[in-house]
Amino acid sequence: MSASLQVDAAGRLRHFLDVEGLSRQQLIEIMDTAESFAGVGDRSVKKVPLLRGKTVVNLFFEASTRTRTTFELAAKRLSADVLNLNVSTSATTKGESLLDTLRNLEAMQADMFVVRHGESGAAHFVARHAAPHVGVINAGDGCHAHPTQAMLDMFTIRRVKGEFTPLTVAIVGDILHSRVARSQIHALNTLGVREVRVIAPQTLLPPHVEQLGVKVHHDLVAGVRDADVIITLRLQRERMDGRLLPSKHEYFQRYGLTEAHLTGARPDAIVMHPGPINRGVELDSGTADGPRSVILQQVTHGIAIRMAVISMVMAGHAVEATA
Amino acid sequence: MTRWRITAGRVIDPAGGIDRVTDLFIADGRIVALDNAPEGFTADRVLEVPGQVVCPGLIDLSASLREPGFEHKASIASEAAAAAASGITTLCCPPDTDPVIDTPAVVDLISHRAEAVGLVRVRPLGALTQGLGGERLSEMAALKAAGCVGVTNLLWPIRDTQLLRHAMAYAATFDLTVFLHPDEPWLRGAGCIHEGQVSARLGMTGIPEVSETVAVARDLALIAHTGVRAHFCRLSTAAGVGLVAAARADGLPVTADVCAHQLHLTEIDVSDFDSAFHVLPPLRTQRDRDALRAAVADGTLDAVCSDHQPHEAEAKLAPLPETEPGISGLETLLPLTLRLVDDGLVGLPDALARLTSGPAAVLGSEAGTLQPGRAADVCIFDPDRPWHLDPARLRSRGRNTPFAGWGFAPRVTHTLLGGELVHAMDEKR
Repeated sequence: MSASLQVDAAGRLRHFLDVEGLSRQQLIEIMDTAESFAGVGDRSVKKVPLLRGKTVVNLFFEASTRTRTTFELAAKRLSADVLNLNVSTSATTKGESLLDTLRNLEAMQADMFVVRHGESGAAHFVARHAAPHVGVINAGDGCHAHPTQAMLDMFTIRRVKGEFTPLTVAIVGDILHSRVARSQIHALNTLGVREVRVIAPQTLLPPHVEQLGVKVHHDLVAGVRDADVIITLRLQRERMDGRLLPSKHEYFQRYGLTEAHLTGARPDAIVMHPGPINRGVELDSGTADGPRSVILQQVTHGIAIRMAVISMVMAGHAVEATA
Repeated sequence: MTRWRITAGRVIDPAGGIDRVTDLFIADGRIVALDNAPEGFTADRVLEVPGQVVCPGLIDLSASLREPGFEHKASIASEAAAAAASGITTLCCPPDTDPVIDTPAVVDLISHRAEAVGLVRVRPLGALTQGLGGERLSEMAALKAAGCVGVTNLLWPIRDTQLLRHAMAYAATFDLTVFLHPDEPWLRGAGCIHEGQVSARLGMTGIPEVSETVAVARDLALIAHTGVRAHFCRLSTAAGVGLVAAARADGLPVTADVCAHQLHLTEIDVSDFDSAFHVLPPLRTQRDRDALRAAVADGTLDAVCSDHQPHEAEAKLAPLPETEPGISGLETLLPLTLRLVDDGLVGLPDALARLTSGPAAVLGSEAGTLQPGRAADVCIFDPDRPWHLDPARLRSRGRNTPFAGWGFAPRVTHTLLGGELVHAMDEKR
């Protein structure tokens, strides 16, 4: 669907909106590119001059610390100028439309928008209406997609596990509202893992979720049995108001990940979380900080993946400009 | 007034069971005869329409005209012209105006403007509750006296079921038809597309099928209880249609309609976040669409309407959940309905019945037939005059259509309202 919008005829990324629609080869290329950037952060001068003179605008309509910070670091390490706009607290509250905000920023000669927005499809909308020279990266749209998060998770899995095809991956938690989960499911299936499972009570699963290519479990112990990778999802505070779940306590009892649940998983199973963690809700501290946890590696890899995606989208536009 | 002889066309009058190539005679704004001219009749104008279909002017059960209150979207004059060009001679305007149609003054204002424009008969629907607020009954008796053909709360919720019951009972007292939009507000929630495989994939809040079926089931029980005459608007699910069909089989005299776009589009069409496909009720599954088409064919659904909702461009220029729902539908009402004929689901006379005699029966109106004595509201169309829809060329001020680029065969060439030509495609008026 979004393939034509985000990929040009030659298969280059024009925008990065969604994992869905990208090929296995394209996902591998993103990870390979990230691999080449992974060492930059260890140097004394943490910069490459790839995007000197380019302006990247972080356009965040939703509060975010981690994602915005890693996008900012990624762009700066590529030597781009970075502008951070938290629009949630400025323009739209004054009645300016999203389209007007875009036009104003384009008038300031921005080359790239990194967009986070509370509505599904917002990044697609921005990409469809942005000027042709502007690349758009989706930093999370509603409950739809968070493709850079999914790719940094894939990158982390690849670094630890090497291969995707033998893996069984279990995703635990609020699938219904999770853009991270949707992008992960597409990425994992595209990369050819053996099985993707989702584990949640029915109230946190979208109807027809199995059509996304997952096996549904309601029991945590059964769901993580023989799993190689267990991804826990953040449970937003507003989901704990009693309408979808009776209490935080009961959620942790049934779906909070602890060492005790992990006895049935593979001995070398890893535990992931996109952050920020609610300790004692999605998982306990012993698991979050334990030997299986790769949660902090995910954060580090976030910078490399975002450098990769920014540079690839910018390159896609450079080719277009010279063509 | 012009005395017409319309000759050589295929005259189809579903109400009278007429379908033959013959002549139609009009004088003093009324149909005076079919087949043979009355004694002493001389025509001022002869309209030769070989190969074309001559049928009653179409009746559209729902077209928002946006006036008063939303003149930045459309006006009575702009939409009346679009209706005339589409063969529509009677339309019901819903009370989603500002102020809403809950006082005789607003009914009068709309009626006067519509009469001044004179291109289409505008029949207002009044609000069932004051301000559509769902809390206090509107002055239904006064609304009826002012000319409202029914009362409705549209999709504005009435959360207190006791109030809904009283509203039905009060409407029944004054012999008013209640137009019900079955939609349980708690189940709809913040949903904007059908809850199904597409909403699961796109991460959008869905509107489940049960938001319709729960409301239909509740409303059917209240209709039986209060004895009100009721019409279900814009059914969108196979299950909802099934409930209505079952109630009718049990003898409950309810009617129902569907909007034309629901017969052709499905949830798959919103896969690309295209706000042109953002409608309420939402586009459902292919199974639902097929059931709706079958129900139009077999008459379970009495009418097909346009559910015309013209918008300014900006209303659709935002991420889909933030856009306003609705399609500018007047100009696709006839061609979309007649596609069911091309698809072999229904004969042309029955398809036209859903646009003429069917909605006339819902309204208890004398319109919708070519019977001698009735007002000469006539639609003449060429069934095979291919055209492509270009939104920029729509007559409606609303260019919000998901059918851009679609090819259609039927084209309205003439529309007569009370014996006067209000649209002629090929000639200057």
